[in-house]
Amino acid sequence: MGYQAVVIGASTGSFQALKIILPYLSSDFSLPVIIVVHRHRHSNTNFEHQLSQFSSIQVLQAEPQLPISGPSIFVAPPNYHLLIEEGRTFSLSLEKPVHFARPSIDITFETAAQVYGSGLIGVILTGANEDGSYGLTEIKKKGGVTIVQSPESAAVSEMPTAAINRSAPHKVLAVEEIGPFLNTLDS
Amino acid sequence: MDENDIIEIDLIIQAIHLKYGYDFRGYSKASIRRRITNMLTKAGFDTYASMLHALLIDETLFNSLLKEITVNVTNMFRDPEVYRAIRQTVLPALKGRSPLKVWNAGCSTGEEAYSIAILLSEAQLFPVYQIYATDIDEQVLKEAKDGIYDLKKIKDFTSNYQLSGGLESFSDYFTAKYDHARISQQFREQVVFFNHNLVTDSTFNEIDLILCRNVLIYFGSELQNRVFKLFWESLSPGGILCLGSKETIMFSDFADRFEALDPTNKLYRKK
Ligand SMILES: C[S@@+](CC[C@H](N)C(=O)[O-])C[C@H]1O[C@@H](n2cnc3c(N)ncnc32)[C@H](O)[C@@H]1O
Repeated sequence: MGYQAVVIGASTGSFQALKIILPYLSSDFSLPVIIVVHRHRHSNTNFEHQLSQFSSIQVLQAEPQLPISGPSIFVAPPNYHLLIEEGRTFSLSLEKPVHFARPSIDITFETAAQVYGSGLIGVILTGANEDGSYGLTEIKKKGGVTIVQSPESAAVSEMPTAAINRSAPHKVLAVEEIGPFLNTLDS
Repeated sequence: MDENDIIEIDLIIQAIHLKYGYDFRGYSKASIRRRITNMLTKAGFDTYASMLHALLIDETLFNSLLKEITVNVTNMFRDPEVYRAIRQTVLPALKGRSPLKVWNAGCSTGEEAYSIAILLSEAQLFPVYQIYATDIDEQVLKEAKDGIYDLKKIKDFTSNYQLSGGLESFSDYFTAKYDHARISQQFREQVVFFNHNLVTDSTFNEIDLILCRNVLIYFGSELQNRVFKLFWESLSPGGILCLGSKETIMFSDFADRFEALDPTNKLYRKK
């Protein structure tokens, strides 16, 4: 069985990194891509719209009960945790922030690993926080593929460094290499 | 969480239902499983099986953990734009109803119910009104009846109140003591708090406005349909339902029995 979904977690510097990665994914990239970024709870800027400017795949905000299927990029709404449910739909939660973050990358990654098992690809990008390293470890445990942006190519290296130390990912890639590598996994 | 953990967690959900009558089986699975995992760490158990056993024989433990499962975070005038819309659109639309009946389902520690009480008192549109506020968690209901809040929270309440279009001196609605403040007796008397479970309990009669916010996000779609039916049956003709920011009736079986009054603020009217 091939891969079924990609989850990407990022914090500070995420926009610049995604701006390099997403254009590599062509409109027929078949896997759903779920992006969790930390942003200010009252951020009004339309992140989805900004991402869609350089993506050939449609970019949507993740909504409860929305079926998760590709080609689509789903972005976690600010101020909610985003969970992946068994029926491959989203659910949201207002539980307390984890690692000061809501959405928490760990929560999305862990619940996604539960549902997709070895069919999941997890990616941790730039950020100034340890969020995501636990989630990435869970993905690896369940047989999924784990990728971390190389700390040297990251705007802020703390998050990738934490993820590398904790999960010993399958691949550590420069930001330009991530998009092309994702393409090779989409069969 | 491995496969066996999940089996044991689902058994805990079954056991809580059989033993205490709280039915969480239709809640969003990933979400409730995660909260049960949090309980495990908090209560210091090594395995789900041992926690399951302890929950069966120790009701006090169960009650203390109920809070973890239900998620009680709330605020006064949470999402101020919604309260602005209630002031400007909803209350005028309901004018003439007497007594006006409001039901706040999933009221947690009472902030939402008291916000509505304040709006109604300021609006001066209804000579007689009654607010029912319900929850499944006895602990939060007790706190709600007391109406005592940390002074630190009052700051947040005040700025939300102002953002919602409130023009009065908000502190007049409280009596402050040391590090806490109590909502005035006037409002405490207007709200009746009691236990009601949306999953298993029955309908209300002739409600004009239902607020049920940030409760249904934790429910699976089948359970949501059940609750929408309950709301539909409880509302008077033209009655209004207000949901949380990320909740909608539009994908449910009841979509065509309501019309969207203000979809941005999740306000729907019974057809
Ligand atoms: C996150 S709080 C929402 C509080 C408030 N409505 C707000 O939006 O700020 C959710 C509340 O729903 C209650 N709840 C959960 N399941 C319920 C059920 N089956 N019936 C009634 N209340 C329920 C919980 O106990 C909790 O107090």
